[in-house]
Amino acid sequence: MIDSSNVLSLMKVVYAIYVTIVITLIGRFGIGITRQKKEAAKIGPFQKWVFYGWIGLLVFTGVGIHILTFNKIPWVKWDLNRHKLRADQEFNIAISDYKFQLPEKKLVIKEGQTVRFNLESMDYTYGFGLFRKDGSLVFQMQVVPGSKNDLVWKFDRSDNYTIRSTEYSGPKGGNLFVKNAVVIASEGVFAQLKNRLETKSEI
Amino acid sequence: MLQVNNINPLQRVALRFAVVSLLFYGLCILEGMLMRAHQIKFDLFEADHYFAIMGAHPIVGIFGSSFMLVFGAFYFLVPTLMKKTIYSQRLAELTWILMTIGVGIVWLSGFAFRYAALYTNYWPLPVSKEFSPFALGTFAIGNIIIMAGVFIFCYNLFATIFHQRDEKNPMGPMLISALGIDGFINLYRRLTRKGTEKEPIMPLPIVAIFRGSIDTVLDAVVLGGMSVIFLIHAVYSFIGTPLGYHWFDALLYKNIYWWGLDLIADGLVLIYIAGTWYLLATIISGKPLFMQNIARAALIVELVVSWNVWGHHLLSDQSQPNLMKIVSGEMVTAFELVTMGIAVFITLFTIWQARPIKMTPPLKFLLGGILGFSLGVPAGIIQADLGMNRILHNTQWVIGAHAHMQLLVGLGMTLYAALYTLFPMLTNDVKLKSNRLTNFHFWAHLIGGIGMSVAMGFAGMDGMLRRTIYPGDTTFQPQMIAAAFFGSLMILAYLAMMYNIISSIGIRGLIEIFIRLPKKLKGAAETAIQV
Repeated sequence: MIDSSNVLSLMKVVYAIYVTIVITLIGRFGIGITRQKKEAAKIGPFQKWVFYGWIGLLVFTGVGIHILTFNKIPWVKWDLNRHKLRADQEFNIAISDYKFQLPEKKLVIKEGQTVRFNLESMDYTYGFGLFRKDGSLVFQMQVVPGSKNDLVWKFDRSDNYTIRSTEYSGPKGGNLFVKNAVVIASEGVFAQLKNRLETKSEI
Repeated sequence: MLQVNNINPLQRVALRFAVVSLLFYGLCILEGMLMRAHQIKFDLFEADHYFAIMGAHPIVGIFGSSFMLVFGAFYFLVPTLMKKTIYSQRLAELTWILMTIGVGIVWLSGFAFRYAALYTNYWPLPVSKEFSPFALGTFAIGNIIIMAGVFIFCYNLFATIFHQRDEKNPMGPMLISALGIDGFINLYRRLTRKGTEKEPIMPLPIVAIFRGSIDTVLDAVVLGGMSVIFLIHAVYSFIGTPLGYHWFDALLYKNIYWWGLDLIADGLVLIYIAGTWYLLATIISGKPLFMQNIARAALIVELVVSWNVWGHHLLSDQSQPNLMKIVSGEMVTAFELVTMGIAVFITLFTIWQARPIKMTPPLKFLLGGILGFSLGVPAGIIQADLGMNRILHNTQWVIGAHAHMQLLVGLGMTLYAALYTLFPMLTNDVKLKSNRLTNFHFWAHLIGGIGMSVAMGFAGMDGMLRRTIYPGDTTFQPQMIAAAFFGSLMILAYLAMMYNIISSIGIRGLIEIFIRLPKKLKGAAETAIQV
């Protein structure tokens, strides 16, 4: 399954190429206009069709990117159809006075499971994002007070994620993160972790 | 040196706007570099101080610098292009005074009272206990004064376009032309071969300025209206009976606020910019604009687009209806790429027709501006996608690769192109002292602006959030060092430009733009300058 890290890696390459091409084209244009022309420039049907072709290309690109991501990025469909999706696990998380109120100390998820996160803000607009150890973003959403803030995600590889608010909520909001709060574990490890957490909570 | 006695009131007021704008720009980049230094881990500020700077930064940059330069240029250009008198010189003077005071007060709300709800002002943070009533009230008063200045500018501008003092013209056709509708009519006539195409009444740049100013008014209504609500809350809190803040739905607020706020970015900036490019392209090339009717028609299409694109700011808000996300957030927003692409093509082709052409400072900066938007607009289109927004929203990508690329490189360089074009017109042919400094300004600003925005963009793709500080965490330090290096180039570019301009018009000339100096001082000041 395509992961957000795959998309971001590809995007870095595409963006670097795009920036290089655009700078080169404008640079070439800048040099070209200072040079002697071979013949007088005329506006004929060809130039007009190039212009209309350009508009067509822009429309195709602008709309095409959404069609491409709809078909290739799995979380777009999860998001649009999340009210119909059945989640294997569900976590209800509240945020109040710059603190996450997690249902358990660690949110342990079995690899391959689909999870629904229900977030509720008691005061300000916050964000809810999961981050990898290298700081890269798995996903994020806004947590708006008075609104239903839910997100469905499927986790298909073992890892530990940090939860962080992704929206500015005042100067105190910078401390709104919990390191390694989400643990994605393979089936065997998942059972052990669950047992350990349950024992601790009983004690 | 500038002989202030020889310039007319219109030139003087435009110069006043320009000077204030450049000073605010200096403050803005200083704030930017202070925040940058803090992000590198110099840990210069407490969190509330850092975010107070961040709150003031866009207001100083957008209203204090960009709007001020744009308004000054348009106050000069509109009467000049239309060969009319300005409707009210006094209102023009009042505009820059109000905006300067307003921006100063907003800045003070951060500096003195640590108001830091940032420009987003998401409800209910501004009216919460996080900020004192003094802080909120000061911010609200400053913002209301800025918006009063914006209203006065638009009123004066509309009145200048339509007033009948110099020549009587029927109002209906003037309005149709100002909206760009005659471009559509001409296209229809050409396609159907019915009737003959008519020369539009309004010059194309006026159409863009008029059209952009409609969005400017709407934006001021929303931002000013919200500030009035903030002020009411501040007054009630101050007298000890704070109002409840649950009567305003946070999501509805966000929709209204972004509808207004986005008119700055996607409405008036892109439209003003298109108009400025068209004007500069025709001045530089001496050729008529390529596909002029399409350009006119695109400006009215942009009206539909700019009023319906705000949804891309709410793609991560899960209660926002899916239909709004797809239609407004994705599809209508995609047409920003089309309208901007049309403006890029028309401008470049118009210049291309005139080759060979000398690479003058205005042309260089114009190409730099086009480059900035060519890099910044697609970056915005990428994040305005449901899939990509999930991993880019509120990261440094948004503010770096998209916003700063557009503002610093796209808008900034276009404004400098206009500045270098208008400088001799406003100063009665004062020549800039140094071409080398102008060239240095160009390259340092271009490389600095692109480098900084790209470094921030990569930080965003690596997961670094905007509006967030990472105390004790060095994960994103390399990207921030790169951004600081390129940001420093922009400081050097600014200093080079200011030195070049001030040494060209003289310190006495600079001061006399605002106040008349006594004659005795003249000799002493000149001696000092010579020394």
